[in-house]
Amino acid sequence: MSDSTEKPPIIRFQGLEKAFGDLKVLQGIDIDIPEGQCVSIIGPSGSGKSTLLRVLMTLEEPTGGRVEVEGESLYTMKRNGEEVPASRAHISRIRRKICMVFQHFNLFPHMKVIRNVTEAPIHVLGLSKREARERAESYLEMVGLSDKLNAYPAQLSGGQKQRVAIARALAMRPKIMLFDEITSALDPELVGGVLDLLREIKESGDMTMLIVTHEMKFARDSSDRVLFFDEGVIREDSDPKRIFTNPEHDRTRQFLDTILSEQA
Amino acid sequence: MLESLEFIVRILPVLFQGLLITIQLTLGGIFLAIVMSFAAGLGKLSKFFPLRWLCIAYIEVFRGTSALVQLFWFYYVLPFLGMDITAFQAGVIVLGLNAGSYGAEVVRGAIQSVPKGQYEAAIALNFTPLQRLWRIIIPQAVVSMIPPMGTIFIELLKNTALAALVTLGELTFVARQIRDDTLRTTEVFGTILIIYFAVALCITAVMRTGEWWFSRGLDRGGIR
Amino acid sequence: MEWQWDWALVGHILPELARAFRVTIAATVFGFSLALVGGLLLTILRRSRWKIISWPAHFTVEFIRSTPLLVQLFFIYFVLPIQLPDFGGMFTSAFVTGVLALGLHYSSYTSEVYRAGIDGVPKGQWEAAAALNMSRGRTWTSVVLPQAIPPVLPALGNYLIAMFKDTPLLYAISVAEVLTAAYQIGSQRFQYVEAFTIVGALFLIVSLISAWLIRRMERWTALPAQ
Ligand SMILES: Nc1ncnc2c1ncn2[C@@H]1O[C@H](COP(=O)(O)OP(=O)(O)OP(=O)(O)O)[C@@H](O)[C@H]1O
Ligand SMILES: [Mg+2]
Repeated sequence: MSDSTEKPPIIRFQGLEKAFGDLKVLQGIDIDIPEGQCVSIIGPSGSGKSTLLRVLMTLEEPTGGRVEVEGESLYTMKRNGEEVPASRAHISRIRRKICMVFQHFNLFPHMKVIRNVTEAPIHVLGLSKREARERAESYLEMVGLSDKLNAYPAQLSGGQKQRVAIARALAMRPKIMLFDEITSALDPELVGGVLDLLREIKESGDMTMLIVTHEMKFARDSSDRVLFFDEGVIREDSDPKRIFTNPEHDRTRQFLDTILSEQA
Repeated sequence: MLESLEFIVRILPVLFQGLLITIQLTLGGIFLAIVMSFAAGLGKLSKFFPLRWLCIAYIEVFRGTSALVQLFWFYYVLPFLGMDITAFQAGVIVLGLNAGSYGAEVVRGAIQSVPKGQYEAAIALNFTPLQRLWRIIIPQAVVSMIPPMGTIFIELLKNTALAALVTLGELTFVARQIRDDTLRTTEVFGTILIIYFAVALCITAVMRTGEWWFSRGLDRGGIR
Repeated sequence: MEWQWDWALVGHILPELARAFRVTIAATVFGFSLALVGGLLLTILRRSRWKIISWPAHFTVEFIRSTPLLVQLFFIYFVLPIQLPDFGGMFTSAFVTGVLALGLHYSSYTSEVYRAGIDGVPKGQWEAAAALNMSRGRTWTSVVLPQAIPPVLPALGNYLIAMFKDTPLLYAISVAEVLTAAYQIGSQRFQYVEAFTIVGALFLIVSLISAWLIRRMERWTALPAQ
């Protein structure tokens, strides 16, 4: 975090807004995230956590404000000194730095596990088949699925599917990884393993990670920073230790009380 | 009875000539129908509205009018507009365009039924729009396209008989000539009905195989 | 040769085509009535407990559905020479033959539709009827069919449109329907463009309107169409 003064933050949201019709889901998000940070995003349902990640992944277009990745605007570009809406190529070039893991895995059901992981490296990154396969095998080994290379997604358990989805995202070697409630669709006994995997990923690299989660223990013990989302704004941006022991806002305290009593 | 059988065996080689043309019509029509189904089905989903409207117009016109009227129009009207066209060409074009207009709706429906998450995952992995369609969406959509496409192809096969009415010497035309020469209606038409039925069974078998092939791995719902 | 659309000709032939279009409509109405009844018959036969009845019925449906209407039309036309007095030109023998062929062909489709509708009635309904000691006939008329038919009305409607678009096949046996009329006009004057284009437009208009009506009907009926 010390060198973040010289380099621009890897992610910067400025006055970011998103509305669906009349429903204002994001109401001015301002935040910088330095490279390599592991950020947990918590907050009540419907507060806009997923929407924030989806805007960064370009799955939703913002209705106001700016998104910057490594100092470059995502949704606009400079042409003849003027800001104009970004071209597809511009978005695609920046999006290459980002990848996302979804709550419902979204594996490609018509491809075997190994092809789920090699498809994008081959056709998006331009790796050779052999390179892509080696890479895929190493990540699948990391997530503990070396024996499932030739299974179809339908033949895997939920936890295994999510591990494949994680390996698939890792194989893109993105600088930024977004995780949207990746354990919420899993049976309780499978959650721990996936969270361990997240920790391992955090330790093993300098990837920037944004993790939307309802697992408070994970947020407290394993992230560098916690953002508390409420009604489309960031109510609290804090150190994990402090937010759990001594939150600044009453809303945060209420939320944590309810959720911690549920998870106790 | 035996005499009838002998008669049928005697006319089989002639019928076979007609069947060859019927099969050419069917295959040509199916090929064009597939092309048109994808072109118009995807075009109808386009954000570019002139293209979308063009596809909607094509689909509605060809679904809304009769196949035989279309055939007559192509065969009798086009020459007046300066385009010479043989009966076979008119047959293939009309069969293909007609079936394609139905197929387009099948393609569109199947594409739309692929879960949104699949598009999102493809975007997250930074596939280009074309790659998304070709590598991720279409392979999944094909499975649900195949059974209704099979029905459409069988309708196409049945419609090949219409070409007899613009004097193309396909199976029905040949049969009609034999019947007019011999007046043996039951044997002649009975035989070609069975032949058509057999060809339809072949189409069904091919489609079943295709469905099995494309659904490997899909929807096994956790059963190992 | 420079060709030009001739509006005067259109005005001239339109009444003739409209008259012939009445035959087209009549063939559709009679043909489909026949198909509605024929399909029900086939469905009942297919549901028979005796395989010796149900299996041939099933095969018949498959066979009719997989073979060309035109060939069936010729078959009936030549095998069953129907001799009728000429009812003022409209209900000729050829017309009756055509209606029979259309009705038979589309019976195979309506039978499939009925079957889907009946299969859609939950098993519990049959059991409830049995528990109330209803007779078989009563079960059908007051429990099963009232639930089976409304959801499949849109599908039946779609086949009605399909049959309508198949009536030009009656040209092949010289029924004086609209395509036959257009062809005659065309060959008499050697001016096909207007006649065939008008026929196409007529079909298009009627189909589009009916399709729209069916979509409205779909919103009424409880279950989606097949
Ligand atoms: N495509 C959409 N169209 C309309 N409204 C939407 C859309 N996507 C999300 N919303 C609305 O935006 C609000 C925020 O949604 P979002 O998914 O970001 O919440 P969340 O914080 O991720 O909640 P959860 O914890 O339940 O996942 C919700 O009220 C939701 O109904
Ligand atoms: Mg969410």
